Amino acid sequence: MDFDILIGIFPQVLLDGIILGFMYALIALGYTMVYGVLEFINFAHSEIFIIGAFVGVEILLSFKAAGWLDVLPWALVLFIVLIAGMVVSGTVAVVIERTAYRPLRHAPRLIPLISAIGVSFFLQDAIRLFESLWRNSFNLVYPTMDVLNHRFELTETIDISVKSLVVIVAALLMLWGLHSLVNRTKVGKAIRAVAEDQGAASLMGINVNRIISLTFLIGGAMGGGAGVLFGVQYSLINPYTGFIPGLKAFTAAVLGGIGNIPGAMLGGLVLGLLEAFAASYLSLLTGGAFGAEYKDIFAFSILILILIFRPKGLLGEIVRERA
Amino acid sequence: MRTARLRLVTVIIAALALVVPLTSVADAQSKGTIKIASQSPLSGGQAVLGEGIKLGAQLAVEKMKGNLEKMGYKVDFVPFDDQAKPDVGVANAKNIIADKDIMVVIGHLNSGVAIPSSEVYKEVTLAMISPANTNPVVTDRNYPNVNRVCGRDDVQGVVGAEFAHGTMKIKSAYIVHDKTQYGQSIAEFFKADAEKKGVKVVGFEGTEEKSNFDPLLTPIKAKNPDIIYFGGIYDQGAPFFKQAREKGIKAKFMGPDGMDSSDLTKIAGKAVVGMNYTSAAGPASALPKAKAFVDDYKKKFGKNPEPYAAEAYDATTIAIKAIEDVAKGGKMSREGVSTAIRKVKLSGITGDIAFDSRGDRQKAQYFVLTVASDNPEKWGDNKIVKQLTIAPPAAKK
Repeated sequence: MDFDILIGIFPQVLLDGIILGFMYALIALGYTMVYGVLEFINFAHSEIFIIGAFVGVEILLSFKAAGWLDVLPWALVLFIVLIAGMVVSGTVAVVIERTAYRPLRHAPRLIPLISAIGVSFFLQDAIRLFESLWRNSFNLVYPTMDVLNHRFELTETIDISVKSLVVIVAALLMLWGLHSLVNRTKVGKAIRAVAEDQGAASLMGINVNRIISLTFLIGGAMGGGAGVLFGVQYSLINPYTGFIPGLKAFTAAVLGGIGNIPGAMLGGLVLGLLEAFAASYLSLLTGGAFGAEYKDIFAFSILILILIFRPKGLLGEIVRERA
Repeated sequence: MRTARLRLVTVIIAALALVVPLTSVADAQSKGTIKIASQSPLSGGQAVLGEGIKLGAQLAVEKMKGNLEKMGYKVDFVPFDDQAKPDVGVANAKNIIADKDIMVVIGHLNSGVAIPSSEVYKEVTLAMISPANTNPVVTDRNYPNVNRVCGRDDVQGVVGAEFAHGTMKIKSAYIVHDKTQYGQSIAEFFKADAEKKGVKVVGFEGTEEKSNFDPLLTPIKAKNPDIIYFGGIYDQGAPFFKQAREKGIKAKFMGPDGMDSSDLTKIAGKAVVGMNYTSAAGPASALPKAKAFVDDYKKKFGKNPEPYAAEAYDATTIAIKAIEDVAKGGKMSREGVSTAIRKVKLSGITGDIAFDSRGDRQKAQYFVLTVASDNPEKWGDNKIVKQLTIAPPAAKK
């Protein structure tokens, strides 16, 4: 075990963790916002996330087929793809809410949860069916854009690629946009009101159903955007890819305090960093006794510890107000 | 009212769909039906290879079934999808042994699926001929019903290490595996032999990760090995290698036969061009007798045969020959077929095949290949840089 390597890779691992963390944060927002207004876990959110990635890959592949990928400026292409992924995922989320959750809104808690798991399975196989018929393939690969793979070498062991920067910048913009929407606009105020007390909110003239739909739209759009970024960063997706990141993002949402928007961002970052450090350092520190495969055990053990001492999550009690 | 009736109709149709296939097989004409089953992943990330196995077997059944039909048997081919998952493979295996007409199974793709599934076949001595399972355990259990037409990982891993050390002249290696029975064990064989030859193994990691390899790659980059060996299958290896190159890792890449699929270049593109991989199944283009097979396959299915399709074809041919031998003797039984398979000597499209007492191919071929192009269509053009024929190692006492 050499000390040089341990220190040398530290900034790179930090960077990897931050990128992963932003990804989790964006997905976690979908879980947390829906929980905030409806107090129920939308387990189909991992598929809403991966639908964004599929929309992205489909657009990029058709751009490539049309030869536009080399002609159009790459930033514009990414912008189009990102917006399209957000729109489609957001719309899908709204449709799911309308068809699978709204009819069950007054049923016991467990019922919409089961419905959500069902929707999740349905979407996985619907994507698989569609891609099998349409492209006859299971794994889809984001077309390589050379600009995105350009790396800025900071030192010999540390570098950052353009696409990592894109992920960070896009994630920051999306998080900032959401934050201002929720805290600085009238609609945001309505969302917060519905989260606090649906009955009282509707007495104040807020259309609760519309606000709930809007919440799904925003949460879904964040998830879809994360899906596109996921595809750009890691390039290979299949219909079941969404499950694990979805589960981890859900964990991040709980870690940050479910129902709490800044909490989801914080939880995502913490989980991403924990995972990256565990995967890179465990085997170096233990001389190979514990390999990178223990990263999840490590990350989740810390999660359990945090939740033992702060059952409502890192930011759970500070902002969230219960009626 | 309308919807209620519609629902009823749907339920009836669904019920019929379940019942009909079961009843329609009962119309045996004279001597009964013989079914040849295949088990391989037909869905999921490894479906490209699994589909190749199924189609290879299907082609063989269609070409060879004539003799059996003349004897008065009806011959059917029944493909199963094991999804590359041990639990699904075992569940299918239970259905397979329950169907008394199934006389042989061609499969699987994954050793980790084949080993538990073959425990089920063994209960009724149902023969299994594997086109692709290279893990030593598959035949080292000495089951009378388990055979394979491909080579073994304890040889393949050594072939890889020898090539890396002898031909590529590497001095340090970083080894990653997928934690499956197949991937981990071949990685260990590679590691053991590489260390014996004096190659410094700077890391040995297992991972089930499928998309984000960043945290795994960062220490690799810092350690800067000459070669990265990935013991696993292309659906995981390809994104791993792609991300490694994107991260600026300059090491050479190597892998076992799990990398042998056109999807490797479809996913990883330029990153894997020039990469070497070992195989216990040569490309059909390198097999002199396989030309007719390749043409038939292309004509029938409209695509190039994937690796193991030719092996599946040979495995099925052996199975049918054995069934014919049993049919000539009179009574058809699963034990009879299992015994007969060990006696078959075939001059197949992948070379001469005969099984030893463990069920290993007496002389298996091993190849080292280099990825020639980033175009998946040209996967068949991959160059053979080394070819060996090696007998299986003696059984450990």
